[in-house]
Amino acid sequence: MGEFLEFDNVSRHYGDIRAVDGVSLAVRKGEFFSLLGPSGCGKTTLLRMLAGFETPDAGRVFLDGKDITAQPANERKVNTIFQSYALFPHLSVWDNIAFGPRIAKRPRKEIAEDVEKMLKLIQLSDQAWKKPDQLSGGQKQRVAIARALINKPQVLLLDEPLAALDLKLRQRMLIELDLIHDQVGITFLYVTHDQGEAMSLSDRIAVMDHGKIEQIGTPAEIYEAPRSSFVAAFIGDTNFFEGEVDEIIEGEYSRLEIEGFPPVVCFNDKQLVDGVPVFISIRPEKFRIWREKPDLDWKHTVVKGTVEDVIYLGHSTKYWVRVQDYRIAVHRQHHRFLLDEKPIRWHDDVWLSWHADDGFMLERYREADEQLMETPPEKVGEAQGRT
Amino acid sequence: MSGRPRAPSGTEAAPPAGRVEWMVSLPSLVWLTVLFVVPTLIVFAIAFKPVSSYGGIGAGWTLETMRSLANPNYPAIIWRTLWLSAVTMALCIVLAVPAGYCIARAAPRWRRLLLLLVIVPFWTSFLIRIFAWKVLLHPEGPLKRVLVALHLVDPATTLLYNAGSVLLVMVYTFLPFAILPIYAAAEKFDFRLVEAARDLGASSLRAFWSVFLPGIRRGVMTAILVVFIPALGSYVIPDVVGGPNAEMIGNKIAQRTFVDRNLPHASALSTFLTLAVLAPMIAALGLQGRKGRQPIIEEAG
Ligand SMILES: Nc1ncnc2c1ncn2[C@@H]1O[C@H](COP(=O)(O)OP(=O)(O)O)[C@@H](O)[C@H]1O
Ligand SMILES: [Mg+2]
Repeated sequence: MGEFLEFDNVSRHYGDIRAVDGVSLAVRKGEFFSLLGPSGCGKTTLLRMLAGFETPDAGRVFLDGKDITAQPANERKVNTIFQSYALFPHLSVWDNIAFGPRIAKRPRKEIAEDVEKMLKLIQLSDQAWKKPDQLSGGQKQRVAIARALINKPQVLLLDEPLAALDLKLRQRMLIELDLIHDQVGITFLYVTHDQGEAMSLSDRIAVMDHGKIEQIGTPAEIYEAPRSSFVAAFIGDTNFFEGEVDEIIEGEYSRLEIEGFPPVVCFNDKQLVDGVPVFISIRPEKFRIWREKPDLDWKHTVVKGTVEDVIYLGHSTKYWVRVQDYRIAVHRQHHRFLLDEKPIRWHDDVWLSWHADDGFMLERYREADEQLMETPPEKVGEAQGRT
Repeated sequence: MSGRPRAPSGTEAAPPAGRVEWMVSLPSLVWLTVLFVVPTLIVFAIAFKPVSSYGGIGAGWTLETMRSLANPNYPAIIWRTLWLSAVTMALCIVLAVPAGYCIARAAPRWRRLLLLLVIVPFWTSFLIRIFAWKVLLHPEGPLKRVLVALHLVDPATTLLYNAGSVLLVMVYTFLPFAILPIYAAAEKFDFRLVEAARDLGASSLRAFWSVFLPGIRRGVMTAILVVFIPALGSYVIPDVVGGPNAEMIGNKIAQRTFVDRNLPHASALSTFLTLAVLAPMIAALGLQGRKGRQPIIEEAG
């Protein structure tokens, strides 16, 4: 077994529910690895099988070259940060953090030193004798982190650790988690349904849906090169168009036929052949919006539409543009000089263009994909049961 | 205090807790004073009254009764009362904690059935259940025959009329009273804490001991009080299954009242018992109160 942490074809079913269904996954040592997916997709179950609270129905789990599938939870060198924090209410912050080392029967002096070090790391040295219910959410969170880290686990498991915090605190903890990961160099396995968290923290992400892994890759790979329509829709906003491969041009590119559109040129990395039904997914920020029809080379597609809505977002403006049957979301960044320009308003006729490399072609074969087509981009997350 | 930014928190000014608390507890305070404190004081007072010739209470005051408590029979009876009650309490707790744990962890469907089983004995009169034990333990009774047949006891042993039989029936009687508060505490316990302890390397036993038990300590405290106090005062059980060799203070008080018609003496014994009950209770409440009152959060952030 080559990798540090490995799930080998692991499954866990509850009656008819396939909570985890044949997952294979390898995490490198020291990596910040995220499991990302809508709630109910099996992330927690997968994590619990690594922690030792669930036993797989099939498959094996390896850690540092050892098969730990049947090892009891208390003998595994992994520690968990629970979503509810699960701090011991009858113990002080200090005693909570010292819980693990005391069970490991480490010398008193060593424990005291380590606890102090941890308290410093989480900046709670002056609150060491408080009970958990006297702490704020963010403080509890940090105590939970210290209580786990002090045991020097081989892997730190984090199950939606920020879900219970408010937005501002979440953003701060995000930065702290990142810092802590850099400082301790322990492998982090991070579970979340929030793509923003996963994108900003992770070295690599595994996107899960219905107990299966949809795609594993770096945040950029997953955003820029989604392998399925689910991934494309779940990570960020996107627009889907439905079409068919018409002809292959110059190997890498192909021309697509989309009803009501001029021929669309698209990058064809999957080598799809003529006549294959496809989706093309184009992110809102990949479009350019014009008042006049632009004159661009053959790799660009240009379509005409009507503005149906304008939403000013501060860092950008979102336009809804009607093109044939499609309602396309377009993001446009602001520049100073735009203030002088005549602004684009409702009912204006505009031209949209995009480059062939900015569209993503995905084979159309699943029923779920058909449903995605019916859902406007900003609703996709909800449609997938995201909470 | 650190200079970190504060998180928004919902700390509002609490209403003047003192006055509200007083008003809320006034009715029960009056109730307790009239029906508990005053009668107890009357009993205390009677202990210092002489006996009248007709078995009533005479006029004037005397320390005679208090002196007569130095009866050479009493130390043994007091000692028996104390240890029987203490052992009953200990056994009840030892049995009730795992029972409460199991009921709290059982699937809801089973939980209801198990709770029903705990409560079912209350549907039969207490006296009938005690006499049923007498029948069971009787030298000619079914239990004895089975045990003799299995060669577990000598045919000459008596299962009845000793401290052992009193202990057995006391544990039987008080166990449900111990299980219920412990179950109530266990049911509210967050079992994810046990998982967290396991995660941090604790064996199941260790997690039970250092996380579950502290988590239900209030239930255990309540169980201790509701078993130990009535156990100290029990007199029907030692009377029915104990006999003269297993008498407790309760029997003596009854005897003084109904047989000797010496109310001051009975009062003196009762006073002693009441003080013995109050002392541990006040100690326990004081301990609980100190732990229960947490300082108000002075900083959140
Ligand atoms: N103990 C269990 N018994 C029955 N079903 C369960 C149990 N745990 C999880 N499930 C089901 O398995 C699926 C995956 O759950 P979970 O791993 O918690 O998802 P996630 O953490 O991604 O939200 C869900 O449909 C959930 O209802
Ligand atoms: Mg979960």
